[in-house]
Amino acid sequence: MTGIPAIIGSNLLTALIFLPLAGALLLIFLPKEKPGLIRNVTFLVTLAEFLLSLPVVLLFDPAVAGMQFVERIPWIPAYGISYIVGVDGISLWLLLLTTFMMPVTILSTYKAVEKNVKEFMIFMLLLEVGMVGVFLAIDLFLFYIFWELVLIPMYFLIGVWGGERRIYAAIKFFLYTFAGSVLMLVAIIALYFYQHQATGIYSFDLLGMYELNIPVKLQFWMFAAFFLAFAFKVPMFPFHTWLPDAHVEAPTSGSVILAAVLLKMGTYGFLRFAMPLFPVAAVDLAPVVGTLAVIGIVYGALVSMVQKDIKKLVAYSSVSHLGFVMLGLFAMNLQGIEGGILQMVNHGISTGALFLIVGIIYERRHTRLIEEFGGLSKVLPLFAVCFMIVTLSSIGLPGMNGFVGEFLILLGSFKATRVLTVIAATGVILAAVYMLWMFQRVMFGKVTNEKNRRLPDMNARELAYMLPLLVLIFWIGVYPQTFLRKMDASVSAFVTRIEAKRQAALADQPAGETLLARYFDVGK
Amino acid sequence: MGPIAIDAQALLRSTYSILPEILVVTTALFVLFVDLVLPEENKRVLCGVSILGVALSLFAVFAMGPARISGFSGAIVHDGLGAFFEIVILSACALTLLMATGYSEWEGTHKGEFYSLLLLSTSGMMFMAKGTDLMTVFLGLETLSIPIYVLVGFHRHRMSSIEGALKYFLLGAFASGFLLYGIALIYAVAGTTKLPVLATMLYDARLAGNPLFLAGAGLLLVGLAFKVSLVPFHMWTPDAYEGAPTLVTAFMSAAVKAAAFAALIRFLLLTLPGMQPAMGKVLWILAVLTMTVGNLSALQQDNVKRMLAYSSIAHAGYVLVGMVSGDVLGGQASLFYLLVYAFMNIGAFGVVMLIAQKEDEGYDIRNFAGIGFRYPALGALLTLFLVSLGGIPPTAGFIGKFYLFSAAVKNGYIWLAVIGVLNSAVSIYYYLRLVVYMYMIPASADAPAPRPPRIAFSLALCASAAVVLVLGVLPRSVLEFAERSVLSLLM
Repeated sequence: MTGIPAIIGSNLLTALIFLPLAGALLLIFLPKEKPGLIRNVTFLVTLAEFLLSLPVVLLFDPAVAGMQFVERIPWIPAYGISYIVGVDGISLWLLLLTTFMMPVTILSTYKAVEKNVKEFMIFMLLLEVGMVGVFLAIDLFLFYIFWELVLIPMYFLIGVWGGERRIYAAIKFFLYTFAGSVLMLVAIIALYFYQHQATGIYSFDLLGMYELNIPVKLQFWMFAAFFLAFAFKVPMFPFHTWLPDAHVEAPTSGSVILAAVLLKMGTYGFLRFAMPLFPVAAVDLAPVVGTLAVIGIVYGALVSMVQKDIKKLVAYSSVSHLGFVMLGLFAMNLQGIEGGILQMVNHGISTGALFLIVGIIYERRHTRLIEEFGGLSKVLPLFAVCFMIVTLSSIGLPGMNGFVGEFLILLGSFKATRVLTVIAATGVILAAVYMLWMFQRVMFGKVTNEKNRRLPDMNARELAYMLPLLVLIFWIGVYPQTFLRKMDASVSAFVTRIEAKRQAALADQPAGETLLARYFDVGK
Repeated sequence: MGPIAIDAQALLRSTYSILPEILVVTTALFVLFVDLVLPEENKRVLCGVSILGVALSLFAVFAMGPARISGFSGAIVHDGLGAFFEIVILSACALTLLMATGYSEWEGTHKGEFYSLLLLSTSGMMFMAKGTDLMTVFLGLETLSIPIYVLVGFHRHRMSSIEGALKYFLLGAFASGFLLYGIALIYAVAGTTKLPVLATMLYDARLAGNPLFLAGAGLLLVGLAFKVSLVPFHMWTPDAYEGAPTLVTAFMSAAVKAAAFAALIRFLLLTLPGMQPAMGKVLWILAVLTMTVGNLSALQQDNVKRMLAYSSIAHAGYVLVGMVSGDVLGGQASLFYLLVYAFMNIGAFGVVMLIAQKEDEGYDIRNFAGIGFRYPALGALLTLFLVSLGGIPPTAGFIGKFYLFSAAVKNGYIWLAVIGVLNSAVSIYYYLRLVVYMYMIPASADAPAPRPPRIAFSLALCASAAVVLVLGVLPRSVLEFAERSVLSLLM
């Protein structure tokens, strides 16, 4: 990059990370008694953050596979800890997803959050610092800090502004994800010392670590530690039990951010850290991960089907959808991974929108039970249209975003493993069943409950945050090339590098050894 | 032997080497004296004088710098390690004194003795941190312990205070006995109690593997383990911590621990390589037991003071993780952690003190309900300290734990690190439980308001919070200082 882009680009990512922090500090000084002002300021801050992230997309060079907009500042130089941020085709759209979902979410809280607005908004902005930081950090130490930073605001959002069992859900969310990630910390430290042993360099720079040839046995244990952290976050079956509780108890905005962004941190972690750092272990364990993913797809769908609470239904559908993402990533080929990344974005938009939809009727009726509704389409025509589009997008109807993602994933995973792909494909059908059945019970038929007869339709504010989501649903569905084009270089380099690194690491291993022999010396 | 020649220069040098201690002791005596003539309503002055004395002493430490000044024929040395621990101990003392403005009036510890005992105990700690002769360490330990026994029982009308003091005194006396017996055994084998000489003898294998020496070192370890409350020598801790006036508890948990660890670190860094692998295994087991028992016991507490007491046991375990390997990184991590711990723990006790108001029943966790939103500053501060104690970024507590566990991993103690991080996951539960009460459970209608802190008290809290945050983001200079301190010992 030269000229003007270089000047703009030189501190862009740092500005993106710290703008919400500045906003949070600003909020501290605003009077508590003026919630309207606080809401508007927060909205403007998140909107400014989104606008600031647009140059990243515009100036992003799709031909470059590596990191762009890189900034390096020594932080604790004696121990090789640096502040390194950068963005590539893998993180670009996740960054945008985050900055895009934030103003949408803030707008949705204007009516929903009435008590302690100031604290709520401060936590939302702190959450954004952590999320943006996670997607931009390419120093492992820095990454870990942002990774943990996300937990505290989310814990408060669920625990203070949540539903009836909010405290239980908040603690469960925190402990599960924290316990999962502490072992990753040990693995990060071990990796750091391994790098020093191998190269004499003390550094947490991820790009340097990509070059290491880690012994296969070490890869296995480190992959396991990283896997645990990310699997809890995604969440993969059977580490998902915190998710339904967190989603159901969280306020609408919390659920939206949780589904749209926080879960992606897990899948992104696999892609950025676990797979490229430990390629041998990742490929060897791909069948295990794939199987868990497929179990998640089918299990999540089946459990969704029997839910009485719409929010819980959407929560379990997340388990199913993220199973697809994982299946795509661990297909380890271009289509699978691109599909996986695109599906992360899609899930963020569609499920985020679904949670917003649930929030909209919850604000009107203060219940989320399917049986309480029926025939709403006649009462709420605008709402019905939005809900229909979002539902169809979630199912993956062609022409909408979900289809493109799922199709690419199935294409990619078919090359890798046919049996799992066939089972996974049933998840698409099941998704249509539980979503449409729910939609039919809520929206169609006669109005059976008197309370539903005179509900106000969506207002301008609600349309304002829903419309951009609908636009994106069709944009990705009709012309995904806008998004895929910027990933191509990074993802194909990713696939090539993993294979090359794997071959290099396996060069010393005896041909045809079993996995038990490779990792546990069984039968040697 | 001829007449003892007094070397004026050596005497001057020796005096200079203990300048910070002299300042503290002088202040203590001055306070004790002024207390006799001061009318009751002006006792507040004593607190101010004490703070001034500590500040002067702290200034002296900085002025002397980390340069090595050996005094009293090698019984005491002012070096980087000594300076580092003096800063920790004096900071803890200063924070305690700042919080005493106000607290002393509420709790009736507004007596001249309170301040002079605090200062005398501080001087003992400083001697302990600087002692290069085991006898100096012992003398320092006694000088620090005896005032602390009195301070724990300072609320002589409260049963729990007296009970705690008695328990602490009895077990502490045993601990001193162990320590002394250990020193005697070491002297019997080596013919010296000077640490550098012992280190040389271990190094050239005159002592290495000697069972009597190992036994002596073991007893020494037991004596110091009592003071830092390592499991299974921790039985006195919850009762003494709960019974003592909260301010004293805060001081003990930070300063006494730091002083005893100073002696332990000095001893282990010099001698551990000669006692491996036996001693390393012992330390490993102690660290695991201390972390695990401390955290699991803290889980069950409804009394916040008692919970913090158990948590302080667990933290001693974390610090010990840095000592298992006995290398520079580990020593440095332990140093850094002790510094951070002093600030975050005294800070936490400070906020808790304001909210609880009454000793004993005031510390019930239910009294903390609803504090967070009604008193945002107090809530935010306590949350920050708890988050740091739990080791969550971006706080200093995280950086500290990160280096402790790094030291373990570096030396191949992966399981120790794994047990350590899992322990910190467990600890999150009880720290967050307090946060749950503060923010997520509404206050009862008749909940009393926390005490309004005085300016000095607020200053102490803000300073602690600033240290926790700044060292969480920019730990570089302190980490390097800690490293130099450890290196100064090994050179």
